[in-house]
Amino acid sequence: MTLQVEDLSIYYRTLRGDVHALESTTFNVGDNEIMGLAGESGCGKTTLGTSLILLKPPMKFIKGRVLLDNEELPTYDTEKMNPFRFKKISIIPQYAMNAMNPTRKIGKMTGELLRSRGVDYKATLPLLKERLDLVKLPESVLDMYPIEMSGGMKQRMVMVISTLLNPSLLIADEITSALDVASQKAVAEMLVEFRDQGLCKSAIVITHDLSILYEISDSILIMYAGQLAEKAPTDIIIHAPRHPYTKMLIATLPEVGAKYSEKRLTGIPGNPPLLLNPPTGCRFRDRCPLAFAKCVELPPFVEIEKGHFGACWKEFGPNA
Amino acid sequence: MNTPKKTNEFFYFALKNKKVLLGLAIILIFLLLGFVGPLIDHNSPLDYVDPTGAHGPNAAYWFGTTFFGQDVFSQFVHGLQATFLVGLLGGGIGTLVGMLVGFVAGYRGGVVDEILNALTNIVLVIPTLAVLLIIAAYLQVRSVVTESLFIGLTAWPWAARAIRAQTFSLRTREFVDLSKMTGMKALKIITTDIAPNMLSYLVLTFILQFGGAILNAATLDFIGLGPTNTISLGLMMQYSVLWGSLQLGSWWWFIPPGLAITIIVGALYGMNVGLDEVFNPKLREL
Amino acid sequence: MLKLNNVSKVYHGGTFGGKEIHAVNDVSFDIANKEIMSLIGESGSGKSTIGKMILRLISISSGSIDFDGVDVSNQKGAALKEYYRNVQGVFQDPFSSYNPIFKADRIFSFVRNEFYPGVSNADWNKKLNNSLEIVGLNPEHVLNKFPHQLSGGQLQRFLIARALLLDIKFLVADEIISMLDASTRIDVLNLLADLRKRGLSVLFITHDLSLAHYISDRSVILYRGYVVERGSTEKIFNNPLHPYTRLLMAAVPRLDKRWEPTKVVLETKGDEAGNTCPYFSRCYDDRKTEECKLGVPSLKEVEPEHFVACCGCTQ
Repeated sequence: MTLQVEDLSIYYRTLRGDVHALESTTFNVGDNEIMGLAGESGCGKTTLGTSLILLKPPMKFIKGRVLLDNEELPTYDTEKMNPFRFKKISIIPQYAMNAMNPTRKIGKMTGELLRSRGVDYKATLPLLKERLDLVKLPESVLDMYPIEMSGGMKQRMVMVISTLLNPSLLIADEITSALDVASQKAVAEMLVEFRDQGLCKSAIVITHDLSILYEISDSILIMYAGQLAEKAPTDIIIHAPRHPYTKMLIATLPEVGAKYSEKRLTGIPGNPPLLLNPPTGCRFRDRCPLAFAKCVELPPFVEIEKGHFGACWKEFGPNA
Repeated sequence: MNTPKKTNEFFYFALKNKKVLLGLAIILIFLLLGFVGPLIDHNSPLDYVDPTGAHGPNAAYWFGTTFFGQDVFSQFVHGLQATFLVGLLGGGIGTLVGMLVGFVAGYRGGVVDEILNALTNIVLVIPTLAVLLIIAAYLQVRSVVTESLFIGLTAWPWAARAIRAQTFSLRTREFVDLSKMTGMKALKIITTDIAPNMLSYLVLTFILQFGGAILNAATLDFIGLGPTNTISLGLMMQYSVLWGSLQLGSWWWFIPPGLAITIIVGALYGMNVGLDEVFNPKLREL
Repeated sequence: MLKLNNVSKVYHGGTFGGKEIHAVNDVSFDIANKEIMSLIGESGSGKSTIGKMILRLISISSGSIDFDGVDVSNQKGAALKEYYRNVQGVFQDPFSSYNPIFKADRIFSFVRNEFYPGVSNADWNKKLNNSLEIVGLNPEHVLNKFPHQLSGGQLQRFLIARALLLDIKFLVADEIISMLDASTRIDVLNLLADLRKRGLSVLFITHDLSLAHYISDRSVILYRGYVVERGSTEKIFNNPLHPYTRLLMAAVPRLDKRWEPTKVVLETKGDEAGNTCPYFSRCYDDRKTEECKLGVPSLKEVEPEHFVACCGCTQ
């Protein structure tokens, strides 16, 4: 078990009070598992991903425990996390490819990054070249400025840098959203290749695009308004979901082939709740067609069959 | 009709910000002095009230008298009026012309922008002192208004540049496109969509122009190019230095005006920094 | 209803305007009454530029645009305002379309001031409420609010309601749902299709193939400012001919089937479009012919309602 998260709660400190961005989340990521983390905007997926590696204000650690390779990960202490970052756990942040210093050549930037982590650049150079080969980037890329590279090239470079020291867990936050279709496919497939070749043990892929997850992830974790809704192997989530939210979400996605004139799809009426003073219990109950009295109590995230978890009194309850 | 939402939030933060409060307080004190002073002090500033010459502050003349026997306090409060007038008029003209040029250049772009840019650069580069000397040689009588006009017409490039840059970035926003698609004319879009969004910027620009105008005026007065028909703080400083207050030690003649200018302009700039924090939520401390 | 005739857009960049950027090249297509047409392309394909040219927010470098038979490419002033009574647009970012310091209803009062100055308050409110109900919004819940108090979906519907106030015949929808959440996307999309029944034509600009297929009758596929394939959506999707279209179909992630291990040639920076087929450097070798290097291929009809611009396909 690469990652074990127990009862993690993260709030955001704001002028008007605490925003309950993540509420009592418990889940695991197995060895060599690529888990997709999906949900709509505001569901807390980026918060979850970032809190595992860089928890800084305005994020507030409320409670919980994180274990990486059975070792405690001190996510609440930025200082103590230093030896873990980049070496055991690594992240490709959102918009990473646009965050590269435009006045630095790629090679120089990589060198500075490695030096700041206590790794010698010259010694790592042969390894770096090997990795560049793997992602089909020419060696000359180390001498280029970011502006000379296309979006796909920059993203692949960021992936190489993030996985240079073979982390146990790689967190990839929206790595395909800003790319063109061909680069998207290449980058996504590259992530799987990294896992297959052992460059990273497991990965969490954060995105709102379920179709990308269908292509590359082993399992998918669906979140809603800071709570976990359902986690299951990819095929089950896409073709046989149990949680009402997951079911409705999948139903709103037109696949290539669906036509309005043939079958009119419907969305989910209503809006996600504001997390400043969130409703008690299951946060989906206001929009859920199956909601009943017990839903004001928070349903636990239980396993109903191997690898299939969910939090819903109706679908994952004792009578399901 | 539609009031900007930030008004209440703005006042809340503005009145909480120490720099704004302090700056505002100082300015108001001086403003009050400048208005009330001449009312309670019935002497004309240029009257020779004390034939015995320069004396330090005493009961009759709170700030003492000048070398010629004029009431320093009287000069001071009248000078304050002139100083604030120059700031308002000079700063106002500078801001208005800057707004005109900046908005048009920023919104239109293209050839119009190029021309206005060239104009801005030329005015920026003109050696204002040399031009003023020439003008001074022709104009026998100069008033505060003339001085303000001159200052305003040479200080606007800074405002124009800043406003142009902001307008450039705002005009690509989609709500401007939406207004265009409603058939609104360019001027209307500038006044109803772009300018209100830049309100904070415009206020800050005006404050800077105000302070800058006061400083400019003080400089011009000091070297003898000030108004000829009235008294101002800068003129007080000029006379005091010219007529030996430094040698004679009549500190009451040159320190009050100099100190006043420093404090006023300092307060204005301090207010500016404070307002920047108020307008820009990211700079605020939580 | 709307016809584009050889429309091109050239930007002059670089110092002293030396470098030329061809955003749109010789694009022609037409949209009929009560039709939804998709303009499919990735970023850099020129699709948004075309949308803005139709909305007259960007000038046209060459070619012309006809609306109901009238050339609107150079209209100004009152004629342009008339044009805006018939044609309106909605853009991608709902929050950027509103001036954040004012209430959202301001967009309606602008329309009222410019187009319906003499209308009484009662009549205007009736018209407004009617528009809001057509787009599925409850006037009580959404009026008198600031943009940040409304959701993305509500804001986009507001913009559609605004367009309806003018009784428009044609709407340019530029990626209007790509920034919305999945659960609201389909509702806004359905709204567009419903509006078609009321007589509205829509140009639906998107990069998402599945959305295009869901809603449109005909499609145009753009690559680097050129039209590479166009025609009935069904026919293009069932029988994609141009190598770029095939790339799109193969590389787009789908929920119904997994990717096949096809070889995908990636775009490298610095590909300049010259006087050859714009897709040449990425094309499959077995498709390339001598003709491809001779000039930009023109659209040829391969079956009724299915045109392709590819020398290698039409031999």
